[in-house]
Amino acid sequence: MTTATSDVKIRCNACPVMCYIAPGKVGACDRYANEGGRIVRCDPITILDRRVQAGGEIRPFLKSNWDGAVIGAGDLTISGGGAGTTYPDYKPAPFIISREVDGADFVTVVTEAIYSYCGVKVKIDTDRHLGAERAVVRAEGEEIGHVTTSEYGSRMLSLGGVEHLTGGSKAEGRVTCDALLRLCNREAVDLEIDGGAHVVVQAGQAPIVDGVREERMRVGCGSATIGMFASQWQGLVDEVVVVDDHITGVVSEHQAGKVLGWPDTGIRIKGHRSTPGRYFKVARPGSGWAGTDIDDPLTILNPWWEKKGARPGLSLLMVSTTGEHAGYFVLDEALQPRPHEMPEVLRASVDLIAENCEPALCTVMFQAGAGGSLRAGVTRNPVRLTQAVQAGRAQVTCGGAPAWVWPGGGITLMVDVMDLPAGSFGYVPTPALVAPLEFTLRREDYVALGGHEAAIRTVADVLEHGGEYGSEFRAVGPQG
Amino acid sequence: MAWMSGERLHLGHGPIDMIVGAEGPGRMAGLHRAAQAFEGLLQGLVDELPRLRAPLGPMPRGAVARRMVLAVAPFEPQFITPMAAVAGAGAEEILQALCDGPAITRAYVNNGGDVAFHIEAGQDMRAAVAGGVAGFLRVSHDHPWRGVATSGQGGRSLSMGIAESVTVLSRGAALADAAATMIANQVDLPDHPGIARVPASEIAPDSDLEQRMVVRHVGPLTPNEVTQALDRGKDYAQALLRRGLIGGALLVLRGQMRIVGELLLVKDHEKEAVNA
Repeated sequence: MTTATSDVKIRCNACPVMCYIAPGKVGACDRYANEGGRIVRCDPITILDRRVQAGGEIRPFLKSNWDGAVIGAGDLTISGGGAGTTYPDYKPAPFIISREVDGADFVTVVTEAIYSYCGVKVKIDTDRHLGAERAVVRAEGEEIGHVTTSEYGSRMLSLGGVEHLTGGSKAEGRVTCDALLRLCNREAVDLEIDGGAHVVVQAGQAPIVDGVREERMRVGCGSATIGMFASQWQGLVDEVVVVDDHITGVVSEHQAGKVLGWPDTGIRIKGHRSTPGRYFKVARPGSGWAGTDIDDPLTILNPWWEKKGARPGLSLLMVSTTGEHAGYFVLDEALQPRPHEMPEVLRASVDLIAENCEPALCTVMFQAGAGGSLRAGVTRNPVRLTQAVQAGRAQVTCGGAPAWVWPGGGITLMVDVMDLPAGSFGYVPTPALVAPLEFTLRREDYVALGGHEAAIRTVADVLEHGGEYGSEFRAVGPQG
Repeated sequence: MAWMSGERLHLGHGPIDMIVGAEGPGRMAGLHRAAQAFEGLLQGLVDELPRLRAPLGPMPRGAVARRMVLAVAPFEPQFITPMAAVAGAGAEEILQALCDGPAITRAYVNNGGDVAFHIEAGQDMRAAVAGGVAGFLRVSHDHPWRGVATSGQGGRSLSMGIAESVTVLSRGAALADAAATMIANQVDLPDHPGIARVPASEIAPDSDLEQRMVVRHVGPLTPNEVTQALDRGKDYAQALLRRGLIGGALLVLRGQMRIVGELLLVKDHEKEAVNA
C-alpha cells in the first residue's frame, strides 16, 4: 500500500490524491496516517484476542500470520474501534458479523457510535472537600459539569452531557467535548471546582487535589474506625479521637468503648453530637486532616472536665481516618494536652489504619445513550433493537467491554473506560464523542428484529477483506 | 455510492464526501446523472493537481479545475490557489449534472459543508449554519445566490486565521468556498502569543500553502481581542460584498458574531438542513 521515498514522508495510495504524509500525520482525508513509516487506517479495526489477554499488549494482527484456527473458538471478537461510522446512519453498520458461540449462530453488529447524549461519572476516592454538592466543575474556565452526591469514601462528579456539549456556548461545548475525550482516553484532565478544589483526574490513577497526590481512601468514617480498632487500643492509651469530616469518633464515649468498659476521660469535642461518641461537623470541610480544614487537631477540643475523669498524665491519640495524620498528647498539670512522641505500639495501630485503606483512584464511567438513528444501522425497525437489549437477547459491548444498560426506555449504557482498548474514543465537531459499540445477538433474533441480513459476513471474511473503510487490524487482549 | 435516510445519495471517494438531495418528478434520473458525473471526478482533479496547487499557471482542461481557477481569480493579487475552491467547485459540477434534465424542482449537493443548490420559481431553500447559530439561512428563487460555504478552525482544511466559522452566501458554491477561505484567513490577531502557528508543510507536505503559517491552536482570548479579530474579517467581507462577490457572510468566534450583507436568518427548526 505504500511507496517509500527518500524522505521519511511517505506516499499514500489509498486514493488517487496520493498524499505525501509526514510521520505521525494524516492525509487530506483524515482517514489514513503515517505511523512509523507505514500507511495505516488511523484507527484500525480493533480485534480483541482473548489469547493475548495476559499483558494486554497490542501486537499487529496480520492475515499472513493468522492460522485461522481461532475463529469459532470464541476467543476472537471484532470491536467497533476503527470500524468507521454510519453517521448519519444511512446504511448498515460497517460490520455485521456472524460468529458461532457455543453452537448458536450469533451476529455481532459493530459500529462506531456518535453520542450526542454522553458524559462521564467520575468517582474520586478522597474524603477531602472538593466542593459543595451541585458546585460547578470547570475545565479551561468553561462549565463542564457539577459535583454530585458523595459516595462512601469518594467524591462524585457528573461531567459532560448534552446540556454542556450542545446546550451552552460554542466554547463550552468544545471544552466539554475535549475534557470528556481526554478523560475517556485515560488522560489527565485539570478540573477547577467553584468554591472548592483544583483536581487532576485521570482514570485508573490517584487524584491530585490542590497539588497533593491522594494516596489512600479512608478505612471508614471516624465512628466506624473506632468500632474496628477499639479493642486494639485498649490498655495502650487513655483516649482516642478519630477525626473525620463526616463523623468524628471518640472511643471513651462510643458504644464500642462502652462494651469494653472504657473509662470516661472528661474530653469535650466541638461540633454536633449525634449519638454518644459520634460528632458531626467538628470542623469545616477542607484539605487538612481527613477532609476537614484542620491542621492542628487540638482545635476541635474544648477544655477538659476534671469531674468527668480528666487528670494530669492522661494520654490521647488523635488520628485521621486514613492514618495519614496522627498525634499523641499527654495532659499537663493544667489539663492542657501537650504533644509527646508516640509510643511504638500506638504507631503500629496508626499504621494498621493506613494499611486498611485502599489506594485512592479516579474511576471514569462513560455513560451514553445509543440513540434512534444509530439503531437504524442495526435494524430497519429500531425499537425492536431496544426491546432486544432490554429483554437481554442482545448483549451490548463497547470495544469488547460489557456495558451495563439502564433498565427502562432507550439504550442508556455505562462502561468503565479502563475496560476499553486504549484510545478507543474520538469526537466529531458537533461536538459529540465517538466510541465503539457492538450488539451481539442470536442470528435468528437479529433477522427477526429486521436486521440487515444481507450484510452479515463471517469473521474470516472481515479479516480477509476488511471493511469499507480499511483492512488494518490490531489485536489487543480484552482489558481488565 | 450509498443511499441515506431521507433518500439522499452519498457519494464518497478518497477525501470527497458528498451528500446529494433532489426533489421533483425527475428526481431519480437526476440523482443517476449526479452519480455518473461523480465517476472520475477525483481522478480529473488529481491529473491537474500541480497546477491547482499553484497560485498562477495556465488554464486547466478539466471542468471542475476550470471552475476552481475562475472562482479564485477575483481575489488576486492576494495569495490564493485554486484549491481554495475545490469543494465548492466539485459540488457545482455535480449539481449541474443533476439539473441537466427535466422536472427537478429543488436540489442540492453538499460537499463537506460547501453546498451548491438549485431552486425553481416559487421554491426556497434553508441551510443550517455552522457556529452554533440557532437559525437557518433562507434563500428563495428570487435571490441570485446558489452556493453557501463554510470555512474556519476545526474543519478539514488548514486556515491561516482563527475564525471558528465563516459562512458565506454567493452566486455559486465555488466562489462561496473561496470567499469563506479568504475571510476566515482575515479573522486573526497577528503576533498574539496565545495563537500557535506552524508552517502548513509540517502538517501536510503537499499543502498548497507550503511554508505559510497556519493556525494549530487558539488559546484563551479576551472579549476585546475577539472583537478585534472579527472586525478585521468583517471589514474584508464588506469589501467583497461591495464588489458583488458575496451576498452575505456570517463570522463566528468565541461566542461573538458578525453579519455582513443581507443574510435571511430564520428561526425555524424544521427540516431542510442541507449544511447540517
